[in-house]
Amino acid sequence: MTDISPPKGRGALAKREARLAWGLLFPTIAIVALVVIVPLLAIFWISVKPVKLGDLRPAEMRLRISLRDNDAQSQVEYRVINPSREHVIHGAGFDTTLPEGVTLTGDLPKGCALSGQDLHCEFGDLAPRFNERYRIDARVTGDAKSLQRPVRDSATVARGKADNILTNSTFTLENFTKLFDGSEFWSVLGVTLFYTIFGTLGALLVGLFAALLLNKDFRGQGILRGLYLFPYVAPVIAVAFTWITLFDPFSGSANALLIQMGVSQGAINFFGQKPLALIMVTVFEIWRYFPLSFLFILARMQSIDTDMYEAADMDGASPFQKFWYLSMPQLLGILSVLFLLRFIWTFNKFDDIFLLTGGNAGTRTLTVDVYEQAFAVSNIGAGAAVAVVVFGCLLIFAALFFRTMSREEGL
Amino acid sequence: MKLLYKGYLTGPILGALWGLVMAVTLGVAISFATGEPVRPALWGALILGVVSGLAMVAPSMRLVPPIALAVLLVLVLPFIGASPLHYGAEVSPLWRNLLNIALAGSVAIPLRVILRDLPLGATTRHEFEAAVIAFLTGFGYLFFTAIVIIPFYVMVMTSMKSQQQLMLNPLDFSIDLSKGWHLFDSYYELMTKFHFGRYLWTSFYVSVLTVLLTLLFSVPGAYAVARLRFSGRKLFSRGILLIYMVPMIVLALPIYIAYSMVGLRNSVFGIVMIYPVTTIPVALYMLQGYFRGLPVEVEEAGLMDGLSRLKVIWKITLPLALPALASVGLYVFMIAWNEFLLAFMLLDDPSKFTLTRGIASLNSSEIPRQHLMAGAVIATVPIMALFLGLERFMTRGLTAGAVKG
Repeated sequence: MTDISPPKGRGALAKREARLAWGLLFPTIAIVALVVIVPLLAIFWISVKPVKLGDLRPAEMRLRISLRDNDAQSQVEYRVINPSREHVIHGAGFDTTLPEGVTLTGDLPKGCALSGQDLHCEFGDLAPRFNERYRIDARVTGDAKSLQRPVRDSATVARGKADNILTNSTFTLENFTKLFDGSEFWSVLGVTLFYTIFGTLGALLVGLFAALLLNKDFRGQGILRGLYLFPYVAPVIAVAFTWITLFDPFSGSANALLIQMGVSQGAINFFGQKPLALIMVTVFEIWRYFPLSFLFILARMQSIDTDMYEAADMDGASPFQKFWYLSMPQLLGILSVLFLLRFIWTFNKFDDIFLLTGGNAGTRTLTVDVYEQAFAVSNIGAGAAVAVVVFGCLLIFAALFFRTMSREEGL
Repeated sequence: MKLLYKGYLTGPILGALWGLVMAVTLGVAISFATGEPVRPALWGALILGVVSGLAMVAPSMRLVPPIALAVLLVLVLPFIGASPLHYGAEVSPLWRNLLNIALAGSVAIPLRVILRDLPLGATTRHEFEAAVIAFLTGFGYLFFTAIVIIPFYVMVMTSMKSQQQLMLNPLDFSIDLSKGWHLFDSYYELMTKFHFGRYLWTSFYVSVLTVLLTLLFSVPGAYAVARLRFSGRKLFSRGILLIYMVPMIVLALPIYIAYSMVGLRNSVFGIVMIYPVTTIPVALYMLQGYFRGLPVEVEEAGLMDGLSRLKVIWKITLPLALPALASVGLYVFMIAWNEFLLAFMLLDDPSKFTLTRGIASLNSSEIPRQHLMAGAVIATVPIMALFLGLERFMTRGLTAGAVKG
């Protein structure tokens, strides 16, 4: 008796399909993992390490050899240096071969052994700032002057490295405690929130307005649509520098215009004054990204069924009523998705502010802070700590986004 | 709101607002075009607007048409010291009158359209809202066109002017055409002395390689996510979106460290390696949406006829998806071309700069502003040309999945 029932588990076909799927995905997963996941893990690792910009290359022992040719006695000098001010170099030593014509005759320093022309030295650990000259008497045959260069360049292998801070087991929470201790972090967070919220809302509203304008057929609609996308398509560096030029306190047209129109008396430093700079970078954000929301909203508007509007016309709805009671509910989905995505992207924005103000005049957002800490203050660990905070915020936003997304389905 | 449903109120109010808008627009336009000191005057513009608005809604204006009335008004207003535009002393009376008449026309003629259906007395909600919408539409077109065109015009104009000319009168937007080819001096200098030719080429081939690599990796991946059934599919497509949201600066720091340690910094190869990875998630996301929209039956027919999956992808799906590949390719090209952060952090050697990195190096007080702006124009023009030429693909590419900044 065979049991008649639908097959259970996965059949051969399903398995093959899954195998193929993973095969197709593998290259992508591999490369994305390498360049996204690994750096993300690295950021967490670095954020608990006391790493400075200079520590990226661990200190190495330096060796300088020279021939000192006095009348009385020739000497070969071996100068051994630990260039680091903080780190001990482990396993220091060198092997070197003297050129023909130079023979060491004097006492060798401790740890050194001579066999023929080959000198082998082991020093063990070198303290920070170690700097010692070992001079060994030597006998020179022939012209000492012409031997100086061969001695300096004699074949040498120097050993000894300091621990790499990145890979050793020193951990610290100092990066985080310092970050949250200072009042600076909270002001940076406040600036970020202001920039993100107003930038996103502004771009959305302006984009909605532009979409309403272009949501009708007329000649030149295509041209205007293309034109209104310019700010988004142009390279950020080009438009950012244009804004700086336009709003320059001395030679900028905006200032000259305001003075001529009688709005302001003297030159205004748009990107250099405390509250104004933040407002200006937010305005820039709105200007640069309204095209994107405009494009999405327009695409959604054009897909709304016109029957509904005809029915509303029959019922005597006024234009504003049609917009508010018919269009808005239809647009709400795209608006909320756009808001969340743009919110995340504005939160992540770095280039714009960095180019416009460099984070000065009260415009330092979290992302700019990552750069400032890591490169301007040369404290990679502190930068990484800020990056971890940014990433944490992102996770919260993403969770929110996915909840909205599954409700609104599609984009 | 209901209080405003009167033609004799709505007309003058919209008229006054429009009068202000046009006075400012015209004032700014004239100052920019000629460099002459011209500025709008609040009271004159208000009077002009109110009177024109009222005249438009009044039914019995057969005797003097509203437009003629507006013209008459601007000729009279200067005598009572309320000219809608104020002029500097060097503007001749003839020009003043001509400009005033132009203003009268640009106030009155659009107002006739805006207030077309508005009666003098009580209006319905429809008539009122139609007038407000018409006003907002006119204002909107002016506003958006101005905010988009002015910066780009400034970019081009500044690149053709010397520092002295700029300082002399920042309001003068005219370009001195009599200089002929010398207008392009800063471009010439950038190309010859600052190696911008090489930067252009570097940017170009880096972008093209990025597009090719991105498509190579994302097409199979997107197909798998869109079509094949496997456990973890949903998780994967969410993972793509999540990665798509990771801020670049967070990744740039470890990448900088890793590149410093393995010596990939300062190499175009390193840049070509890193760019596709930043664009693959976007491309995956956009392409899988498109693949889902393709009819699955065609592919099934191919499978039935004995093609393998890979053959189906190659022979059926890809040809069908060509427009999508074009949009995604264009979009990725745009991202790579405009990319600034990674190029800025990873490239220090001027012989390996991309265009954006090259422009960043021009931002110093020793190099004149016009060079910087010429660099900006050089970077903007190719992407704009591409965009305008292939606008349809581009807009679709943008709407397909890009909310990326």
